[in-house]
Amino acid sequence: MSNSVSALNGENVKGFVQVSELGLQGMITLRANLSTPKVKKAIKDVTGVLVPKMRQILHDGDNSIGWMSPDELLILCPHSGAEAMVTALNDALGKTHALVINVSDARAMFAVKGADARDAMAKLAPTDFGMGFQPGEIRRSRLAQVAGAFWMVDQETFNVVCFRSVARYMFDVLAVSAEKGGEVGYF
Amino acid sequence: MLILDCPYCGTSADETELSPGGEAHIKRYGPGSSDTDFEGYLFGRENPKGVHFERWRHANGCGKWFHAARCTMTLEVFGTYAAQTFEPPQEIKDKISAKRPGWSWRDFS
Ligand SMILES: [Zn+2]
Repeated sequence: MSNSVSALNGENVKGFVQVSELGLQGMITLRANLSTPKVKKAIKDVTGVLVPKMRQILHDGDNSIGWMSPDELLILCPHSGAEAMVTALNDALGKTHALVINVSDARAMFAVKGADARDAMAKLAPTDFGMGFQPGEIRRSRLAQVAGAFWMVDQETFNVVCFRSVARYMFDVLAVSAEKGGEVGYF
Repeated sequence: MLILDCPYCGTSADETELSPGGEAHIKRYGPGSSDTDFEGYLFGRENPKGVHFERWRHANGCGKWFHAARCTMTLEVFGTYAAQTFEPPQEIKDKISAKRPGWSWRDFS
């Protein structure tokens, strides 16, 4: 078994907010008809989390599920348990038309933390980061030149996920946005 | 800046989140069709000043294709609607009629 390491090995930098790569994170992509009872039950039974509604992210213990599109969910779980969860989901879904894939090592995840986290994010994504954006919502967008999804963990923390291949770019662009002297003070 | 409401994820997406997909509601003419129909399918496009129907993809977002009705002159957006349709829904046509009485576009009016 190889030794799994995350894209940037937990690198972090402190500007007017803190930007950190969050290390190994289990991520599973699930695509299916999310309105069918069998799919809903399988997801709830295996993850303990309900199927989220449009742009919702739900958490329960170590697991979270984010709404990615009408037929796609992002399941977050401990990295070491992702493979077992894929098997369990496939078993629970049986012959239902669905795709379940472990994408843990194809992704990277970051935290942007601090009182002015909304300002740091707003420089990069064409999203309204005003008070209408609250914990419980997940938004897919772009951050500067690359695609990413983000949600709020609490009032001063954003989590950001992106493809591992652009992890370095994502970290650097978040770090530049968070540099001291770059405070905006808008939100 | 063009801003379209994605009917699939409900966000107001600005054009930097979107990929243009060209003209909407084009009927495919494939093998066995006449040369005229095939040529029209490949190359015949509307270029209106005013009401226009387009396909867009929420590329940096939920990834879904959808339709948009807008004015090419003022950039006013009349509405967006699902991709799974051969023609604009009546609700969209009504919205356009309210603002551009007497409009027509290809076979629609
Ligand atoms: Zn969308």
